[in-house]
Amino acid sequence: MHMNTIKKILGLVWMCLAPAIIWFLASQAIHKIGTSTALTRSNVTLQWVIILTIFTPICIGFFIFGYYGLKGEYDQLPTSSKDLE
Amino acid sequence: MSFVTKPSKISLVIGASSVGTLIEWYDFYLFGMLATIISKQFFPSDAGTSALLSTLAIFAAGFIVRPFGALVFGRLGDIIGRKYTFLLTLVLMGGSTFAIGLVPGFATIGWAAPILVLILRLVQGLALGGEYGGAATYVAEHAPANRRGFWTSWIQTTATLGLFLALGVIILIRSNQGVEAFSAEWGGWRYPFWLSIILVVVSILIRMKMSESPMFTKLKSEGKTSTNPLKESFGHKANFKMVLLALFGAVMGQGVIWYTGQFYAQSFIETVCKVEFVQSRNLMLWAILFATPFFVVFGYLSDRIGRKWIMLLGMLLGIVTYRPIYQYFLDATNAKNRIEKIDLANTVTSEKLASVDVKDKTKILVVQKTDTAYSDGAIFSYTKTDTLHIAAEISDINASKIQYVQANPLDANQFDTVLLQLKSSAGLNADSTHIAQVVVLSKSTTPNVLVEKTMDHATYWNLIWLVFVQILYVTMVYGPIAAFLVELFPTKIRYTSMSLPYHIGNGVFGGLVPFLGTLIVEFTKTADKPAGDPLAGLWYPIGVASICLFIGVIYLTNKVDKEVMD
Repeated sequence: MHMNTIKKILGLVWMCLAPAIIWFLASQAIHKIGTSTALTRSNVTLQWVIILTIFTPICIGFFIFGYYGLKGEYDQLPTSSKDLE
Repeated sequence: MSFVTKPSKISLVIGASSVGTLIEWYDFYLFGMLATIISKQFFPSDAGTSALLSTLAIFAAGFIVRPFGALVFGRLGDIIGRKYTFLLTLVLMGGSTFAIGLVPGFATIGWAAPILVLILRLVQGLALGGEYGGAATYVAEHAPANRRGFWTSWIQTTATLGLFLALGVIILIRSNQGVEAFSAEWGGWRYPFWLSIILVVVSILIRMKMSESPMFTKLKSEGKTSTNPLKESFGHKANFKMVLLALFGAVMGQGVIWYTGQFYAQSFIETVCKVEFVQSRNLMLWAILFATPFFVVFGYLSDRIGRKWIMLLGMLLGIVTYRPIYQYFLDATNAKNRIEKIDLANTVTSEKLASVDVKDKTKILVVQKTDTAYSDGAIFSYTKTDTLHIAAEISDINASKIQYVQANPLDANQFDTVLLQLKSSAGLNADSTHIAQVVVLSKSTTPNVLVEKTMDHATYWNLIWLVFVQILYVTMVYGPIAAFLVELFPTKIRYTSMSLPYHIGNGVFGGLVPFLGTLIVEFTKTADKPAGDPLAGLWYPIGVASICLFIGVIYLTNKVDKEVMD
């Protein structure tokens, strides 16, 4: 299989993986906060808010990365700054 | 047009850039190195693991804001120049580090303490976010095309040397002061923070003498500098897709390999394996010392054979070997594996020492220490503290004059007894002493046991060797990455474009390794298995590095870009 085809197929994989990671983290957050004790709840909530706040935008970036891969943006990487303009 | 700097001047450029960056790393790492003490000083004393996790969260917050520092100072660096921008970051870093050393503890100012520390930690993160990209860009823009990996690798050594310096200073102060004085509210743990201000002033004086990057100077003289580097870096798809590729195909994996090798390893050896404080830090120092030259070796090699495969090989080795390495750490320090080596003749159990709990005078703490000696020279110390609850509060007592009387083991109804030697300090009987007997109402069901393991010579060097191997992976992924990033982006938006993926990869993915690793282990704890799976935390770096390796192999090119002035 041609390398560019692999890049495009994997692009689709990354696009699926990104929301799956967000869903996994959100469900973990709900579960862990729900099962925490009164003493630890504020800390557990803080920890999960930090995790979700950080990883949600990164996963969105990962989704865009996958989209670019699917559209063939990485088939030919730039060799000069002119290619970036 | 050539911008090659004379060899004599490039040494000055590298030296001046590296010293400042080293000091910023030193400042930044102090917090992580002292996390256990900081959690006790700035959080309520009864918060336990929760306090440590909160401290690690503040530690991680410093990493999380690094990308924002990259945006703010990267933009400045692409508009006003590299030199003045990283002078500013140095001032901010030094000032905030010094100020952390001045914040009173939780016992004095309550919740204001962790809030102040968090704010200062965020300033540290912002400053570091602006520093590294500037230093790497500055050196790369002075270096000849065929030696860019080699010259920038000197900047890459500073992160590890900053850690080395932080560890060294902490050990030196702690060994001179003793554990108690070092850990007190205004104790020696604050001195490394205060030392920072001197180091930063020296570094600023050196950097003031440096000139601006020749490439940036040319762009500026031609009026070609970017007016809006943020928009050009992230608003243009052609450039933004390279930012994403740099992050997901290289820096994300590099970040977790780095922080696993240098931070998670130390945290694991100290808090999970319970290796004695000074020994655990000394072994890190040796490993760092042996591994640091390899940053330059792999930087040099990347000029010859390309950057991609060196970085990806470092990730692959980490993915494959982390679990066996950490399993060895557990096995080598497990007392159950050493039963046949116990040296009973030299095993010592101390007398029980009792004292009144200073925070709750209805509690008496009974401490007994056992030093288990082994035939190979190892000594495992167990300090067991039982908490006895008594009916009335004890006041006006010299804590050293308590005698603990063991309970009668044959009579389950007989509680332990405490004999108090009371010393009056007022009234007619001032300075007189008498003995009082206090009956213990109950005893805490689970004693607190502090374990410190001093390893034998052979195991100690095996641990050093295995930490060295992990840092060698770090040198493979980190040595060539500055040159790799510099070559990915054009001069006019380089500072901004390379700083963001670098700091998301290292600050966020890497910086969260200790925090998420600890959290994942917490998740595996159950009633049947209260210690959980101590190796579970490794799945985070292994998972992130695996995805990054896969993306890197498929999407990255191994070609070295000779012309970075375009």
